[in-house]
Amino acid sequence: MKKIIFIIIFSLNFFNLNSDEKTKLHFEIYKNIRCLVCQGQSIADSNSEFAQTVKLVVKDKINEGKSEKEIYEFLISKYGEWIVYKPQFNKNNFLLWFFPYLALIFGAIIIYALIKKKENNKVN
Amino acid sequence: MLSNTGITLVILTTLLSVLIIYKSFTELHIENNLINKKIFNLVTFQTTFSILSFFVLIAGFIISDFSLVNVYENSHTKKPFFYKVSGAWGSHEGSLLLWINILVIFSFLFLVFTKHNNKSYLLYTLIFQNFLILGFLIFLLINSNPFSKIYPIPLEGLGLNPILQDPALAIHPPLLYIGFVGSSIYFSAGIASLISNCRDKFFAKSIKPWVLISWSFQTLGITAGSIWAYYELGWGGFWFWDPVENASLMPWFVITALMHSVIVLEKRNSIYSWVIILCLLTFTISVTGTFLVRSGILNSVHTFANDPSRGLYILIFLSLMIFLALAAFFRYSKKEEYNFFLKSKETLILANNWFMFFFLTSVMIGTLYPIILEVLNDTKISVGPPFYSAVIFPFVIPFLIFMALGPKINWIKNKYSRILSNFYILIASILLNLLVYFFFGKYSIISNLIIISSIFLIIHSVKDFFIFFKKKTESDISRIVSHLGFGMLILFIGISHNFTVENDFNLKVGEEKKFSGYQINFNSIRMENEKNYKKIIGEFKLVNLKSNLEEILYPEIRIYDQPETLTYEASIKTKLSADTYLTMSNISRSDYYNIKFQNKPFMIWIWISAILIASGGFIRLIKIKTQ
Amino acid sequence: MKKNLLKIIISVVAIFIIGTFYVSLKKTEIYDTKNLVGTNLDNFELNSLNKKLKINQDLVKKSQYTLINFWASWCAPCRAEHKYLINLKRNAKNLKLIGINFKDEKKNANKFLSEFGDPYHYSAADSKGKVSINFGVYGIPESILVNNDLKIIKKFIGPLNQDEYTSILNLTN
Repeated sequence: MKKIIFIIIFSLNFFNLNSDEKTKLHFEIYKNIRCLVCQGQSIADSNSEFAQTVKLVVKDKINEGKSEKEIYEFLISKYGEWIVYKPQFNKNNFLLWFFPYLALIFGAIIIYALIKKKENNKVN
Repeated sequence: MLSNTGITLVILTTLLSVLIIYKSFTELHIENNLINKKIFNLVTFQTTFSILSFFVLIAGFIISDFSLVNVYENSHTKKPFFYKVSGAWGSHEGSLLLWINILVIFSFLFLVFTKHNNKSYLLYTLIFQNFLILGFLIFLLINSNPFSKIYPIPLEGLGLNPILQDPALAIHPPLLYIGFVGSSIYFSAGIASLISNCRDKFFAKSIKPWVLISWSFQTLGITAGSIWAYYELGWGGFWFWDPVENASLMPWFVITALMHSVIVLEKRNSIYSWVIILCLLTFTISVTGTFLVRSGILNSVHTFANDPSRGLYILIFLSLMIFLALAAFFRYSKKEEYNFFLKSKETLILANNWFMFFFLTSVMIGTLYPIILEVLNDTKISVGPPFYSAVIFPFVIPFLIFMALGPKINWIKNKYSRILSNFYILIASILLNLLVYFFFGKYSIISNLIIISSIFLIIHSVKDFFIFFKKKTESDISRIVSHLGFGMLILFIGISHNFTVENDFNLKVGEEKKFSGYQINFNSIRMENEKNYKKIIGEFKLVNLKSNLEEILYPEIRIYDQPETLTYEASIKTKLSADTYLTMSNISRSDYYNIKFQNKPFMIWIWISAILIASGGFIRLIKIKTQ
Repeated sequence: MKKNLLKIIISVVAIFIIGTFYVSLKKTEIYDTKNLVGTNLDNFELNSLNKKLKINQDLVKKSQYTLINFWASWCAPCRAEHKYLINLKRNAKNLKLIGINFKDEKKNANKFLSEFGDPYHYSAADSKGKVSINFGVYGIPESILVNNDLKIIKKFIGPLNQDEYTSILNLTN
């Protein structure tokens, strides 16, 4: 019985998804694109001429079936990497993405070394 | 006249700073253990003159004395009184004077409240703090004088940016400055501690209240800034990972790490060197942050007017500070004995530091990388919210678990009942998470885990709270409150972030639209005149089609004429369950208005949680005071 | 030994960061889409403002140089650069001008051209503004100088001034 209820609830949620998901996708993309004529806003938040135009273009491309990645690549080819907020994974930005994890590992090594030292002192 | 009074007071403060440094140096060589009354008097005078100079500036704003350039550029006779006053610290020059005042006041308070059993430690702290004060005073006098005059005296001011006329924003700088500028005192104390060899427990006890004060106020300051951004900027968000925001968040990570480490140092006499590093790092990052914000090398909604000469001065000051800190640390730090038990509280506090260090590094590399890349490679990239979410969010999960389990770790007995109770709490968290799923809908795996771990922390904290309440044992209520607040903060941010319903469309007056389970009617538009702006108010009726709840919202477009700006005021209906957020903006050359709608669950709880976090710090301070 | 190495590393990092800050203070470059210079134009197609033709990249291939100018009747700086465009039409022999009317109404555009003169060999209409994105335009006026291989030679952000006008003449002669 519980399983049936669970499945019903689960599937009911699915039907709400379609048009809301599409809007969500639009907004996800808008939020990742910089308004080039504003002081630090995405085109989702801005109402400048530029923001409105790019939103139209992005909407068209989504309807054409282009993927998120393709849309960003298109915009980057025209406006440079500065226009997207999520830095791309290329040789320029490699360090950017890896540095925090390097710091994490580095910290772990230090803590491990400190604990090991104590263990050694204990033994001695 | 105000100008001359102001400048005189500043010059007097400067002279006193020099005198204090000199007198302290000479006092160091005197063999007794008393601090000469003269030093107290000098510091008292210095503080008095400094505060008076700030009052003079505020007076200039209140009476609209436009002979002062700063008042002319940032104020207007028609500006409401409260914002005239807050305009005093709203500009670069005024905020610099506030910065100096905080440095001076903290120096004074440190002298008054620190026990005088170590003269050289106290004197060295005073010396270094006054070096910092002097540096900023010289900067003010040479480059950014809030009292400089203009002639002929203009009849009217240029007004302040209307977006800045908001109560949350007015108190945001003072709160933040008590936070990260206040960290200067333990920067100076850290160097003093190294040189005078007053280490370990003594040092920890000495700086603990200052760390708590700066931490609590920094938390409040960041919260006030976010509240302002949410209510004023009209995009419905409260954190954009903008470089200026990051500049206030980075010191917060370090101060949090420091606050936890000081607890360890106070009880165990270990990790002294690490505590010193954190003390030196906090203020260094604060000054770096201020450099980034005021130099003009960053593009942000928040920047003050750009001026590379300011940037150069701050950079020189920063370099000297870093040099001084590194020199003192390398020269005076000694080899230490580390006594770490693997399953002890100390190791878990180290874990806190480890996470804070990771968060700090992530935010720092995100903020600095574009600058470095542009210098090295001439390429401009943006690092925005998607980067920070991707890097930081997954690690919030283990962090929350550590926060829940960490404080309990020294209960070695009843090991198995402990594990069992943790298991039950975990199950409860997962079930409650399913409840979220049921009410709101599906969301990503990472978000699920984040919500589960935040509920885990909340349940643990609430449980601890009941234990404290029942047994009235000397338990750390401040830790319970702050950790509970943090768990709640992540929970509500997680839900709000995942289940905000937003929509963006164009409407003409009289039109209506159905979307996402709502219906909206654009009823009317009217124009009104206010004291220093005109506004266009739109009336919208919003109906939630599922619950039949009706709300009337009034977003505005405000037209200021001093200076000529257009701002958009969101209409926000706050309920305990959610905020309804509506903004309206005009589309040029059209009858249509662009409407942005958002339904954001549990927004007010986010602010409540943040204030709860800060309260923990204040509770601990009160406990210290009453001991 | 290890301690000295650590000290050196930390000092080097500190110097590096301060140095970077110093250099970036000196650089005050504003963003522009100079990355497009040297690349080729995408194929495009627009309706002509008044006639029944299609304006596309084939027109660009026919002339040795083409200046594509984005403008609108409601744009004040466009009026400021207008005289340079007129002079270019008159004086630049190997250059053809294509005007792309951006987010405007046909009657307002024609009114502007009849009042101030028509410097364009071809006029196109981009009423929603969407095509401008293909050219990397983010504000108006903007002008793009291309050769007959569709290669972008220079981008001009904002209204043309005397120096830019002269440089176009020199580049195309």
